[in-house]
Amino acid sequence: MSDGPREILNEGLWRNNTALVQLLGLCPLLAVSGTVINALGLGLATTLVMAGSNVTVSLVRNLVRPELRIPTFVLVIACFVTAVELLMKAFVYDLYLVLGIFIPLIVTNCVIIARAEAFAAKNNVGRSLLDGLAMGVGFSLVLVVLGGLREILGHGTLLAQADLMFGPAAHGLTLTLIPEYRGFLLAILPPGAFLGLGLLIALKNVIDRRHAARRALRGAVSPAGPAVETAKP
Amino acid sequence: MSQGDLRAGPFTHEKSSIARTMMLVMLALLPATAFGFYQFGWPALFLWLSTIGAAVATEAVCLRIAGKPIRPFVLDGSALLTAWLLAMTLPPWAPWWIGVVGGIVAILIGKQVFGGLGQNLFNPAMVARVVLLISFPLEMTTWVSPKPLFSAEAPDFLSALAITFGGGLDIDSMSSASILGHVKTELGRNADLAGALAGSYDPIGLLVGTVPGSLGETSALLLLGGGLFLLAMRIISWHIPLAMLGSLALCATLFNLIDPAHYPNALYHVLSGGALLGAFFIATDPVTSPVTVRGQLLFGALLGLLVYVIRTWASFPEGVAFAVMLANGLTPLIDHYLRPRIYGRTRKGQPISYAETQEGGNG
Repeated sequence: MSDGPREILNEGLWRNNTALVQLLGLCPLLAVSGTVINALGLGLATTLVMAGSNVTVSLVRNLVRPELRIPTFVLVIACFVTAVELLMKAFVYDLYLVLGIFIPLIVTNCVIIARAEAFAAKNNVGRSLLDGLAMGVGFSLVLVVLGGLREILGHGTLLAQADLMFGPAAHGLTLTLIPEYRGFLLAILPPGAFLGLGLLIALKNVIDRRHAARRALRGAVSPAGPAVETAKP
Repeated sequence: MSQGDLRAGPFTHEKSSIARTMMLVMLALLPATAFGFYQFGWPALFLWLSTIGAAVATEAVCLRIAGKPIRPFVLDGSALLTAWLLAMTLPPWAPWWIGVVGGIVAILIGKQVFGGLGQNLFNPAMVARVVLLISFPLEMTTWVSPKPLFSAEAPDFLSALAITFGGGLDIDSMSSASILGHVKTELGRNADLAGALAGSYDPIGLLVGTVPGSLGETSALLLLGGGLFLLAMRIISWHIPLAMLGSLALCATLFNLIDPAHYPNALYHVLSGGALLGAFFIATDPVTSPVTVRGQLLFGALLGLLVYVIRTWASFPEGVAFAVMLANGLTPLIDHYLRPRIYGRTRKGQPISYAETQEGGNG
């Protein structure tokens, strides 16, 4: 439990990614990843809540009796979700309408309480903040990539309805990648989300395996001393 | 599925192999397919070739990614057969990319992500058909009435190329509903069954196959013949087809007796759509159907019931693909509960004592 900031970032963004490795919080992940903008909206909201709750939990971690810690965590998380919900209502009302029930449901997102329990309750404020941000950004990245995949396959566009998030000026952001695309409905429907997430997880495992194999190879070339940057196999 | 304990025993080797099984199934499919080509002309052949080409290419690519030997697995014909079965269920004049997307989905998502041949939970051809049906409802329900090859109204080679690969043909001018779709629509308009059937229901046509429908599922007789050939060659057993068609016919007869004005009879259900193709060629897939005889009977009966329910009360006119996938999903459960009795033991796993059997107990 004395990892450096680099380790915390690596854990959240890649090695212990909430969506690809821990497989937590899949309900909003699968439901809201139909387009990039929806995915980005939910990802940012979740990240904010996670950072806030991690900091607060870390601050009160020595004041709360262990028997009462779970209700406390839930209350803290619920406060932050309500705050984020009100903020979204105030500033990005259209996006709030699109995301609907999935904003309040962030309360029940098990990633957040898992980080509160597993990390923030045992670490100081700075590290907890970093962990919340890293986990949240890792979650958001997967959401956005999955949303992008589904949007391209399903509608042939990218960043459709960007105005929901960035205001009317963002109308021009929408990229039509495949003109006159008929649409591949499966990608938009729930099975598309499951298939897409499965393929992303497989991709991550392949990358990890390649990486490990390469490192093993390098270790064999130079057993002692720093890794030598030789030609890649 | 566990391998069991096969350490010793005087096993004799039967000369069956995956390739031989696949070959025989294709042989059994050939008459119905050839008739489909004759009925629907060149576009059907092009679509069939696109589907098979995409599936075999996908199989090769997946095997390469997985680091498995490519030649033996591609040459065993399993990808070819999957694509063939899929092509049989497609509208014959569908554009080429329907076949290509279907072939890729069948092999990649239906089969290889599970680990290849023998590992898949769902029938790959049906996975692909369902994906295509829900993704491209327009293309997947545009039927043409048969235009036999070399007849005056059949498209020649070049216009057939345009139909499959160009999309430059006004398909509306020659589209026609399949009997299941037609009846569903008419009943949906509160029309009476007799009116819906009049002029469009033709049992002889369904039997021979001179009706609008998918590429290879129109001719009931040829499919039945192919199925009986498979039975004779012992590639499939009678349990699943009979249970499926039996329960479908039973449901149909029951409701037909209760209310003949709204529920068509058993003959209509068995002969139309993909019931026969599904019963003999698709539901009998050894990978995705139960192992035991009792399991297969249950599986078949469930399948027939599901087909009837989906055709009658769901929003799609044809339900074989959905029913097969649902029943496939139940296969592990069926296999779990309906295990064969271990030799020398009761169904509960207790050793059979010799004295009890002498008293006329459970032999």
